[in-house]
Amino acid sequence: MSNDKILEVRNLSKVYGKGCSKCFESTGPKHDTNICPHCGSVVAAHDISFDLYRGEILGIMGESGSGKSTSIKNLFFDEMPTSGQATFFDQGKQYDLFKLNAQQKRHLRNHHFGMVYQNPVLGLNFNVSAGGNIAERLLMNNITHYSDIRDRAIELLRRTEVLTERMDELPKNFSGGMQQRVQIAKALATNPPLLFLDEVTTGLDLSVQAAILDLIMEIQHESNTAMIAVTHDLGVIRLLADRTIMMKYGRIVETGLTDQILEDPQDAYTQRLVASAL
Amino acid sequence: MGYVAIKGGGQAIAGAEKLLEFIRTRQGESAEPLDLDTIENQLYFLHSRILSEGGLFHPKLASLAIKQSLGDTLEAAFALRAYRSTKPRLIETPVLDTTNMRVIRRISASFKDIPGGQMLGASTDYALRLMRTELLNESREDFQAVAAKWLDENHYDDIPDTFPKVLDALREEGLLPPVDESMAKNKPFDITREPLIFPVPRSAALSTMARAETGSILAIAYSNMRGYGDVHPTVAELRVGYLPVMLPHPITGELIEVGEVLMTECEVVAMYEDDDEGSQPTFSLGYGACFGHNEVKAISMSILDRSLQLGMQNGPTNPSEDPEFVLLHIDGIDSMGFCTHYKMPHYVTFQSDMDRLRTTQEKHGAQHDQTTQGAENV
Amino acid sequence: MSNTTQTTDTQFRQASAEYNFGFLDEYAKKEVRRSVLKAIAIPGYQVPYSSREMPMGRGFGTGGLQLTLALIGQKDTLKVIDQGSDDSVNAVNLRSFIEMTCPGIDTTTKVTEANLIQSRHRIPEQPLREDQVLILQVPYPDALVVVESSEDKRKIMHGEADYSRLLVKLYEDIVKFNEITISHRYPTRINGHYVIDSSPIPRWDVPKMHQSKALILLGAGREKKIYAVPPYTLAEPLEFDDMPFRVENFNDENGERQACHLCGCNHSFLDEFMDAKSGQKRYQCSDSDYCHEQLIYKTSTSNQHSEG
Repeated sequence: MSNDKILEVRNLSKVYGKGCSKCFESTGPKHDTNICPHCGSVVAAHDISFDLYRGEILGIMGESGSGKSTSIKNLFFDEMPTSGQATFFDQGKQYDLFKLNAQQKRHLRNHHFGMVYQNPVLGLNFNVSAGGNIAERLLMNNITHYSDIRDRAIELLRRTEVLTERMDELPKNFSGGMQQRVQIAKALATNPPLLFLDEVTTGLDLSVQAAILDLIMEIQHESNTAMIAVTHDLGVIRLLADRTIMMKYGRIVETGLTDQILEDPQDAYTQRLVASAL
Repeated sequence: MGYVAIKGGGQAIAGAEKLLEFIRTRQGESAEPLDLDTIENQLYFLHSRILSEGGLFHPKLASLAIKQSLGDTLEAAFALRAYRSTKPRLIETPVLDTTNMRVIRRISASFKDIPGGQMLGASTDYALRLMRTELLNESREDFQAVAAKWLDENHYDDIPDTFPKVLDALREEGLLPPVDESMAKNKPFDITREPLIFPVPRSAALSTMARAETGSILAIAYSNMRGYGDVHPTVAELRVGYLPVMLPHPITGELIEVGEVLMTECEVVAMYEDDDEGSQPTFSLGYGACFGHNEVKAISMSILDRSLQLGMQNGPTNPSEDPEFVLLHIDGIDSMGFCTHYKMPHYVTFQSDMDRLRTTQEKHGAQHDQTTQGAENV
Repeated sequence: MSNTTQTTDTQFRQASAEYNFGFLDEYAKKEVRRSVLKAIAIPGYQVPYSSREMPMGRGFGTGGLQLTLALIGQKDTLKVIDQGSDDSVNAVNLRSFIEMTCPGIDTTTKVTEANLIQSRHRIPEQPLREDQVLILQVPYPDALVVVESSEDKRKIMHGEADYSRLLVKLYEDIVKFNEITISHRYPTRINGHYVIDSSPIPRWDVPKMHQSKALILLGAGREKKIYAVPPYTLAEPLEFDDMPFRVENFNDENGERQACHLCGCNHSFLDEFMDAKSGQKRYQCSDSDYCHEQLIYKTSTSNQHSEG
């Protein structure tokens, strides 16, 4: 793990609804809610700050409604935050993420970031073959040689253990696990330094989950990709994450090295979670 | 001044025009040419439809359009619209208040009775659609006697000209939001001078629908009524009548009535909405209006006005809520033009298509041969 | 010029009402001209305009017609073709309307004589000059309409030059058929940014847009867009480095290039049809003026030979 910082997030907040001056002080783990009692707005995330270093996997752990998915959706530009700042560092350049224009955001999404969603419908184009999905990403990067595109797609599908004989089929014919693998292949097509994984194994059979987690770890070893893995599963955190952030009702309740948090949780909520893990 | 000589194509077009004229006049001595007033009166609803779809209130030319198109509504509306296209814009009226309409029909489905009363007027709503065989050989005398008798029997002095608006009563009670007077100062979007670039303002949607082809707008509104939508409307008021057109006097500036236009207006009240603001929820309003006596069109328009507003607010969940889908497919002139164009020669593009298919077939055949050869070699 | 022009052998329509020169009112013409300037300034960008209704149907060339009527003056010489022919019904119809509403202009079948050429589905075989303007009739202005039905979303894709979904469609074509199967309306990148629908011209004609000496204007009346390929501008059909753009093939089973049965030309785009009388398959130059010129050339050279 190098000491290069790749992402710096400071005071990220996302409120759904009108919002009022009392929203932040009336919500959070102390109040056992993320819905503001005064105006009815949902404070999905507030004051989220963390750093991510090159080559490390950061886990964001929390139950439903904790705000974990919201946080990375904002970083991947699927949504805009209500307030906050985020800086991305890559190849000597610095990007103030929330101040970029649409073109600049698209450039980062296509070249420097990868995203794998829990629901493959969000990450894949179901009207286009598995190979075509990967081709789409490469074409956005101005690669215009058909055979090269095809070769790269085959290489990526092999890497993610998808049968290359099926590369010209539509994703709807694939199992959930295979669809996830195609998503991962697509996300990796441009060798991004930063990968977002949003509940990527949730809903899959246990053996399939294990295989995909193995794949992710191998990729991480090979290419030193920094990753943020969002999950509600302690087992996934234990396996993947070097450091972990625990979230509840939109706030960070604990951060630290994964081993430390799991062995010796400080926050009451974290303690309860760790104790209740099967 | 030199011109290209006419050959086959030109002769064919000229011949086609003559043939249509022959069809129009082939009754010969046994008939009179269609009279424009006859069309306006005895084909009253057809005439209204053309006024509305042509987008020009010119009763005489609307009749002419119907006559020259041999009754084809798409062609007649087209002729009127194309004529309108050449006319310069002289002046624009201020916003006109339809409360001043000289009403000939006015009903509400929301209340059993309304101030001014339910005036059924000339409506087919409760008529029995039976063939009136007595009209098969209607004589001149019988025809002329009908109107004379009706005028004799009816006393119309005690019927008021104008009626209050049902919606005003709902507004007074706070069930509908108050009218935003500042909106009246905004210039409406002019669809004859500006192209639609989405998202479009409500005035653009309403003006596009006001001259939409009746069947097209009905079909989409029907889809909403049947379930591809969520409007659940109640007709607060449907009125048909003559709206005075007011223009400022060139010297004094005072608004003077320069004429009146026959039009239909429909206001529907739809399910009430939750307001994020936390203020009082109210009913929502759908509005439809068009030239001529066209009730089906006005009602359809008011439902789509509502569904499009919903779609623009929350994102469309049905075709009737999608402004691009609705507004780009209801203009009869655009749609019939494109449909008709498929009859034009397309043989160059077809040549190109044949080239593609032949090449693809060759490649497929070659591949197939290879595999069978391969199989044979095994 | 009187508005009750005598119907001559060359005109079968007579103006029956007084119209402004060019039929359109001057405001309409102004809007079209401004749109044209914008289209030339931003090559390949679809400029929206209000598009007046014309007396011919939407789909019959009202976009091209509005361009012609806004640009034509009494000193101009106009050629109108459809499918390459001056005699095709659509061309005849449009030409007679323009003659009717623009008294004083000249019309011609010869490409070399015209300075304004309105065409449906073909670019003339004869290379055009700097003083000529070509106006193409367009049904679908937007190349992205095959992958995205919402105009709103397409605008964003054009703005960001994001044509990846269109290119993926070409990729999938090659996967399925080992060929790019787009026949006409071939997507073409103009000046390195906007990809246009080149209109239903065959692929044969697309290379003529590249570095053209003449200005090429494209008008979609129903869709209400004007766009342009200015002179000496890059016009590159979308392709892959190893799957290049290909024009139509006119070779027979023996690999011999078909020739026009009238003039013998073997380097023009050909119409294939069944002879109305004999039922035999025939090939003929699609460009009727070019065929005519080739025939004259052939006749004169054969005369030379016989005289020599």
